[in-house]
Amino acid sequence: MASSAAVPFWRAAGMTYITYSNICANLVRNCLKEPFKEEALSREKVHFSISKWADGKPEKPILRSDTPGV
Amino acid sequence: MLRQASRLLSRSVTAASSKSVTARAFSTELPSTVDSTFVESWKKVAPNMDPPQTPSSFMKPRPSTASSIPTKLTVNFVLPYASELSGKEVDMVIIPATTGQMGVLPGHVPTIAELKPGIMSVHEGTDIKKYFVSSGFAFLHANSVADIIAVEAVPLENIDASQVQKGLAEFTQKLASASTDLEKAEAQIGVEVHSAMNAALSG
Repeated sequence: MASSAAVPFWRAAGMTYITYSNICANLVRNCLKEPFKEEALSREKVHFSISKWADGKPEKPILRSDTPGV
Repeated sequence: MLRQASRLLSRSVTAASSKSVTARAFSTELPSTVDSTFVESWKKVAPNMDPPQTPSSFMKPRPSTASSIPTKLTVNFVLPYASELSGKEVDMVIIPATTGQMGVLPGHVPTIAELKPGIMSVHEGTDIKKYFVSSGFAFLHANSVADIIAVEAVPLENIDASQVQKGLAEFTQKLASASTDLEKAEAQIGVEVHSAMNAALSG
C-alpha cells in the first residue's frame, strides 16, 4: 500500500506544523509597516534562562534573550 | 481485504457492546447519570469517599443544532495575543483554506479547515473587513458559530509592499540555491507567503 495522504512539502522535509506556522508568522511580521512592525517584533521577543541539572543540583544557568545585554 | 471487512466490523461492534456497560454516545446525547454498577462497587469498597468524576461529567453538553438555519454567522476570530472578533454576528466570512477561498454562510456544514497564508474577509451588510492571515485553522460548528484562529493577522494597510517585493526576490533566489530538503522547504514557504502577500496587496 502506498502512503496514505499527500503530505505537505514542509512535512515531507521533516518540519512540524508549528514550525511552519511560526515561520509564516515571522515572515508576515517582517513585512509590516512601521510602527506595526516594531510592536509585532517586540511582542514576540523571548527572554528566558535555562539551567541543566546534574546530580540533583542545577548547573550554571544559560540566559537566552532577544534583547542583548539584559 | 474487503471480504473480511464486514466480519471485522461486526466483531468490533459486538466486542465494544459487551465490554462496556454504556455504549459510547455522542456528546449531545450524554446522560447526566454515571455508570451505576461502578458507583455501587465503589461504595462497597470505599463508602466514605465520593466516586471519582469522569471528564464527561465536567463537560457542558454540546449546544444543539437549531432546527432552522440562523440568519447570522457568529464569528470568533482570535490571535495568540488578542481577540480580534468575539461573538460578532456577520453575514459571511471568506477564509483562505488550503483547498481555496472558502465562503462561510450561516448554516455551513461543520468543517475544520486548515488555513494557508491569504486574505480573510468578514462581510457585514455592505461592510467588508479584510485581514491577511499568516496561517491557522477555522472551526465551523453546526450552530453557525465560526472559530477562526490565526497566529498572525494584519489589516492589509499595514503591509509594506516594498518589503514584500524584496522578500519575494530574496526567497526565490534562496529556493534556487537551496541544497538540503529543509532549506528548500523554508525557501518554498518564504516564496509562498510573499506571493500571497503580493497577491493580497494587488488583488
